[in-house]
Amino acid sequence: MLAPVLHILPLTTIVRERTLPVAGTVNFTVNQKVNPTDVIAEARFAREHVLLDVARTFEISPRNADKLIKVSEGDRLPEDALVAESTGMFKRTIRTPRAGRVMVVGGGQVLMEVGNARIELRAGMPGIVTQVIPEKGVVIRMAGALIQGTWGNGRIDSGLMVKKIEKPDDVLTSDLLDVSLRGSVILGGHIRDLETLKIAAEMPVRGLIVSSINPALLLNAAQMRYPILVLDGFGTMPMNSAAYKLLTTNDKREVTVNAEHFDRYSNNRPEVIIPLPVHDEPEEPSDYVMFAVGQQVRMRRSPHVGMIGSITNLPDGLSKLSNGLRAPAAEVKLGDDASVLVPLVNLEVVG
Amino acid sequence: MPTSLVQNESILAIEVGTAVTRAVLFDVVEGQYRFVASGQAPSTAEAPFGDIGIGVREAITSLQSITGSSLLGQDNSLIAPSQSDGTGVDAVVAVVSAGPIVRTVVVGLLQDVSMQSARRLAESTYARVVDSLDLSDQRKPDEQLDAIVRSRPDLVILTGGTDGGASRSMLKVIEAVGLACYLMPEEKRPMVLYAGNEKLADDVKELLGAHAGKLVVGHNVRPSLEVEALGPAGSELASLVMDLRQRQLKGVDELQMWAGGNILPTAFAQGRMIRFLSQLYGSTRGLLSVNIGASSTSIAAGFGEELVLKTYPQFGLGENLAGLLQHTTIEDIMRWLPLDLPPNSLHEYLFQKSLYPGTIPGTSDEQAIAQAISRQVMYLAMRSARKEFPGSKHASKEVMRPLDLIVAGGGVISDGISLGQSLLMLLDAIQPVGILPILVDQNNLLPLLGVAAARNHHLPGQVIDSGAFTGLGTIISVVASANYGQQVLRAKLTYSDGTDARADVKFGGLEILPLPSGQSARLGLQPLNRADAGFGPGRSGSITVTGGAMGVVIDARGRPLQFPSDPVRRRELIKKWYYTVGG
Repeated sequence: MLAPVLHILPLTTIVRERTLPVAGTVNFTVNQKVNPTDVIAEARFAREHVLLDVARTFEISPRNADKLIKVSEGDRLPEDALVAESTGMFKRTIRTPRAGRVMVVGGGQVLMEVGNARIELRAGMPGIVTQVIPEKGVVIRMAGALIQGTWGNGRIDSGLMVKKIEKPDDVLTSDLLDVSLRGSVILGGHIRDLETLKIAAEMPVRGLIVSSINPALLLNAAQMRYPILVLDGFGTMPMNSAAYKLLTTNDKREVTVNAEHFDRYSNNRPEVIIPLPVHDEPEEPSDYVMFAVGQQVRMRRSPHVGMIGSITNLPDGLSKLSNGLRAPAAEVKLGDDASVLVPLVNLEVVG
Repeated sequence: MPTSLVQNESILAIEVGTAVTRAVLFDVVEGQYRFVASGQAPSTAEAPFGDIGIGVREAITSLQSITGSSLLGQDNSLIAPSQSDGTGVDAVVAVVSAGPIVRTVVVGLLQDVSMQSARRLAESTYARVVDSLDLSDQRKPDEQLDAIVRSRPDLVILTGGTDGGASRSMLKVIEAVGLACYLMPEEKRPMVLYAGNEKLADDVKELLGAHAGKLVVGHNVRPSLEVEALGPAGSELASLVMDLRQRQLKGVDELQMWAGGNILPTAFAQGRMIRFLSQLYGSTRGLLSVNIGASSTSIAAGFGEELVLKTYPQFGLGENLAGLLQHTTIEDIMRWLPLDLPPNSLHEYLFQKSLYPGTIPGTSDEQAIAQAISRQVMYLAMRSARKEFPGSKHASKEVMRPLDLIVAGGGVISDGISLGQSLLMLLDAIQPVGILPILVDQNNLLPLLGVAAARNHHLPGQVIDSGAFTGLGTIISVVASANYGQQVLRAKLTYSDGTDARADVKFGGLEILPLPSGQSARLGLQPLNRADAGFGPGRSGSITVTGGAMGVVIDARGRPLQFPSDPVRRRELIKKWYYTVGG
């Protein structure tokens, strides 16, 4: 059976496509170096539109109104510019309520876009631009450590990672956060209260990488202006041993926290990237493989949720689970040498 | 194709769900179509796979390992038609429920007329209404435009005007939709279904044709003020949703090609089959189908020619579980639990399961939580759907109308749990009244039969008659105003060999009289204290009933179901019910 792969890799090649949601300008060219917070592409778009109904205002037919319209599609107009003028002794006018661009003229109406907004797309990782996607974005390539998570609050930043976790099931509490951590990325355990998120915001930190979070805090976490990346999920969950080992051994290194939302259809998911120098570029990792004996796997559901083990056997057909369900399953050896039977759909390969 | 060939062809039916993809083989055995076997694999619409074709091939491979015959060639392409060496299949049909929720804007003229129909139409598919626009809308025209653009719709359902009726106001609305489409990036423009005044078809094509992602000018859902006709527009919507899925999901185009166009949204195919069965068996009181999956809970009820089809993505057991508490409370879910678990564990379950929709319960506690959630989402879906059942305006809001048959499907009902637990879950969630059989569709065949019917109209009836569904038994639901423990019914089941089984049923009780599948017996019912056991309040009667895996089940637990307020007593009672149905 096919297995999804969760990437927790000490050294790999990371290739990511970063694109704007609307057409815009790309600021980088092929072979240029980018930093995580560089604006690689930007776009302007109209936040609002204004519809000026000339025919209705002048109480004439749309065909006659079209003859009185003084602007054309594409015109950029300042505020109070003349749009249409009636004929007769007492002339009436229609003027632009705000500066903007004429989008459509016809049917006795003028549609303008007003209120420009700007979207900035940041690189989200350091690396080299290997491809430019015209008007949309770039493809970036780099080598380093990659640790994927399960939830992100949509923000990106980078900074020096400081470890505030001593064992995988630690809780990150507000008293562990002091002013010396200002501008750092904090590596912590479970977050159980809002106070911790608030104190981190006040410092401010450049990011939080945590094992798990109380689901009641998700709305607050989504509003924080610094990136929050949850590695293992919701509820009181220890950090998985592979991520714990890799992240804690990279204490005091520069990391990028790309806490983008997990999008099931685009495969964008939150991840921590630690750039590392290499002579020979390692292989790109696969996003899925076939389940096989010897693979390291992470458990996605109780009773061993978040734990890492290795597959020792893949019985043929369906196996009967302890709760009576029957499903294709694997025998998995855990760290303490205990062996458990886990349905394959509850596993993901770590690699 | 000559009829003789069509009648004898083998059919591979594919179901692509959010969590599971199934491949089912139907073939002719001794002159009749039969369900041969089913293979399944995890779905691959989502990351990291991003191609439904991978899961489809895995499911076919699983089917091959069961049947022993090859359906895929060495290059992994489908062998079609079937070969003389027994490999391959003659035809393919498919249903799809995988895919992101369909963000939908509904547009019409009058709130109580066309808008109501537009909403009903949207509820027949995997849609969430993200904005609506009608004549009573107080926003300025430019605000309306911006609202439509900001809502990023995948689909616009445009209704309004009776045939030959209002056109001026309708044209203004159409123009607004056209402008909004024009303002969106070309690759993100929504599909538009026009189902309004047919006289305006040409104007619609002119105003929207160049700006919509795809425009379908369909049948009016309100040809006159008094008549609502959702059927033809429903078919057009189903086809448009498949076009949308083709744009959103890799692999749908290949499946379309294999199926030669016989591909439908799963819920639509489920509805089609229920309407077909309702007509075939001349159901007077109605046939009900419930399907609970990761993408949605869907309810289809057929009342002769009339079909009520409701799809509730908000009640899916996958990604949308994280938002379930917007529609219900933790307490309302916990009332179904036989275990004493902290509310936090339920909260955490909802969010963790939403991360991994394809996972299954790993412990007995999780299994109990999964069943409690399933009961509550089915209960909510049923409460909403039955408002649309014929005659519902004058019916009790708390008690379901009597039906002729219930057939239920979906992984949580059919995969791995005992048939007794399946039955209890359905009784708790649907709370049927009267006397009726309940079937479980263990291989989720119903939607596949619905789509196969278009290819071969003999197939569905023959497959169903061959016993493809599992009969749980006949249910007698007693409606009574009585105190807990007070006797409400005397029942006597007389078997064909003359022996009998009797039960004195007390209010609050659940009793089972054994009657194996394939057998029938005469059931005599004598209600006490003006209880209604299906013949009217206080009326006795007898009826021939058919057996099933659970026999004849008398449910006197009350309608609506009443729970003790004390949580300890409530849990004890639920455990007793579990024990009664076999644990």
